[in-house]
Amino acid sequence: MQQTINLHDRDELIAPLYQFDRKFWTTLVVLIVIIAPGMLLYARQLVLGLGVTDLNRPVFWGAYLVNFIFLIGIAMAGTVISAVLQLLKVNWRRPITRIAESLTVFGLMTAGLQIIMDMGRPDRLVFTLLYGRLQAPLLWDIASLTLYLLTAIFALYLQLIPDIALLRDTSPASAPLWRKKLYSILSLGWTGAKEQWRRLEKAITVVSVFIIPIGISLHTVTSWLFSTTVQPGWKSTILGPYFVVGAIFSGIGLLFIATTFARQYNKHLKEYITESFYTNLGWIFIVMSAVWFYFTLNETLVVVTEQETLEFPVMASKLFGEFAPAFWGMIILMIAATWILVAPKFVSDKPTRNPLFQTATGLVATAISIVIFFLLWLRLPALAAPAIQSILIFAFIVLFIFALLGVTKWMKTRIITSTVIASAFVLFGMWLERWNILLPTLTHARLIPYTTYNPTITEIAVTISTFGILTLMFVVFYKFFPSISIWEVEEGRALEADSTH
Amino acid sequence: MTDWCMVIDLEKCVACQGCSIACRFENNTPAVSPQESKNGRAIRWNDVFPLPLHIAPDQGEYPNVKTHYITRPCMHCKNAPCVKVCPVQATFTDEEGIVHQNYNRCIGCRFCTVACPYGVRYFNWFEPKWEETLAEYRNPDQLSVNGSLEGPAVRPTGVVEKCTYCVHRLVKAREQAKVEGRDFRPDEYVPACVQTCTGKARFFGDLDDPDSTVSQLSKSLRAIHLLEDSGAHPKTLYLAEG
Repeated sequence: MQQTINLHDRDELIAPLYQFDRKFWTTLVVLIVIIAPGMLLYARQLVLGLGVTDLNRPVFWGAYLVNFIFLIGIAMAGTVISAVLQLLKVNWRRPITRIAESLTVFGLMTAGLQIIMDMGRPDRLVFTLLYGRLQAPLLWDIASLTLYLLTAIFALYLQLIPDIALLRDTSPASAPLWRKKLYSILSLGWTGAKEQWRRLEKAITVVSVFIIPIGISLHTVTSWLFSTTVQPGWKSTILGPYFVVGAIFSGIGLLFIATTFARQYNKHLKEYITESFYTNLGWIFIVMSAVWFYFTLNETLVVVTEQETLEFPVMASKLFGEFAPAFWGMIILMIAATWILVAPKFVSDKPTRNPLFQTATGLVATAISIVIFFLLWLRLPALAAPAIQSILIFAFIVLFIFALLGVTKWMKTRIITSTVIASAFVLFGMWLERWNILLPTLTHARLIPYTTYNPTITEIAVTISTFGILTLMFVVFYKFFPSISIWEVEEGRALEADSTH
Repeated sequence: MTDWCMVIDLEKCVACQGCSIACRFENNTPAVSPQESKNGRAIRWNDVFPLPLHIAPDQGEYPNVKTHYITRPCMHCKNAPCVKVCPVQATFTDEEGIVHQNYNRCIGCRFCTVACPYGVRYFNWFEPKWEETLAEYRNPDQLSVNGSLEGPAVRPTGVVEKCTYCVHRLVKAREQAKVEGRDFRPDEYVPACVQTCTGKARFFGDLDDPDSTVSQLSKSLRAIHLLEDSGAHPKTLYLAEG
């Protein structure tokens, strides 16, 4: 039985898969240029040793581990969100499940890469299988990561089967033979028979149920790498749920960015991924930000109030010390992101002459507040007097509020742009959060003098290259498979048609 | 069963750093450039440093100065945090209570270095180097059982190393006794730092033998453990000053 497809879908979703136009090649070249320096510097690190980084004693872990936790986080969210929405039978999930699930797979792959890059002896990776100690938290993490990766690939593939069959049956005559063969093998003889659909849907439900605990376990276990040690700042019971919440938070952020990137790349997708998706997922985003603030307050307030001799110096370095720019930068980014998400929902559409709500006010206030933030960061001796510091902080807070109010009207009319800005803030803020969890503890060792950590060019280039690889996988994958789950969208349309009759 | 233990009398310690140097030559720890050392990459299995490390503003200026020195080998914890986190059993505690490090097994994940509350573990950031003739005077001893590599053996890049209570000396002493056809006595073996100690501040022996010096000293009212709240049950004992 031949698969049939709505002609409209074919033109807009399948045809672009065969167009290797200039845009595609340019993207590819740009990405390779971004990736190459990091890879070359990593090769140098392999030859010379980890000494080419700024890692030292006691800062044995650095940017690579921060990237690892961050990537695990964004990876965790994709499939978990998709699975939860699937089980709840939420209809607006349909156009984004594919992108969410693929982000998980690519995120986990790049996260695994970070661990290998961080190892002193990557050639001995296989030892973790040969001599693995099941009592060691790192082995739990490896086991959990492998299990989640396999399950995520399986989930992605299950959802892909009907679409691969479509590709097999509807590919244009000009399509290269190897692609036709590839689709025909991967479609596993899918014909769209009733029994096949029944089994597929059952399998998807089962996988969705299983993948949620696996995903949550992965990020909890990653937090246990830290919270099972006896180091101040880490030995906390809140770290597990805090990591999971942060993971979902940043995962939604990346999902927004990836979807918008796909929409911009293939303009036809705008019909499938509509503004309502941004509004709906936006609500979950707001809830996650509230939970995140709740956990952050918990973690900070308890330590600040008890002022225990070991824990407090670590916290103090975040609040007032060398990690203050990263900590307060994170808080400011998160407040701004939450405001960008929440404010448009409460502001009226009517134009106003109130100068507070003018975009110009917002931009001027933002510019000045950024200058003040850097002035505070630089700790100039001329501005060291407590009175001046207080005035600067007060001015910053006032201007920050002005900035938030000023951009509200502008955002109201641009839901997608403002969601992407908020997502970028959240992603950067969450990266800083991982930094703020990992490094203050490491630099404040108990029997080693306090030190600092400034990533070298190697770590910076490798980090950039990692995110380049993530994007590259995304771009290449969606040259072979449709970025929208065609059959799910079709099913959604059918359900809608049913309900209207 | 023997339970090896070191006791350090801080009252007698003159902070000459002789132990640190003896350890360096016994265990082939490479010296690093001053720049690298400033970056926190120096390797001193037995380190000597001032306490308190993080001086409060009202303690650092004359006449409000109060400085102690402490010498710090590995604590060979009974509940070692490093052993618990090693994913491949590159570090392990033997039945005599010594925490070993196998350079041929270590994957360089540095979890043990992060988990150790005492900071006794060191990582080989680069390939170890010796200046000119110094390399000729390296200790040829090494411990290698079933493909493992321990003790003073020259470490490859990217693995972790640490104080082993000079475990190769224990093996040597045992072999010697065997060759001479007699029983091994616990007082036949001391680590290099104990042997060299200028102020005779270090003692080493069997904690299970109630008559040994370390057993006697461990009953002293001055006997303390470092960071007892870490829950690691460190074994190396200190006799506090004053």
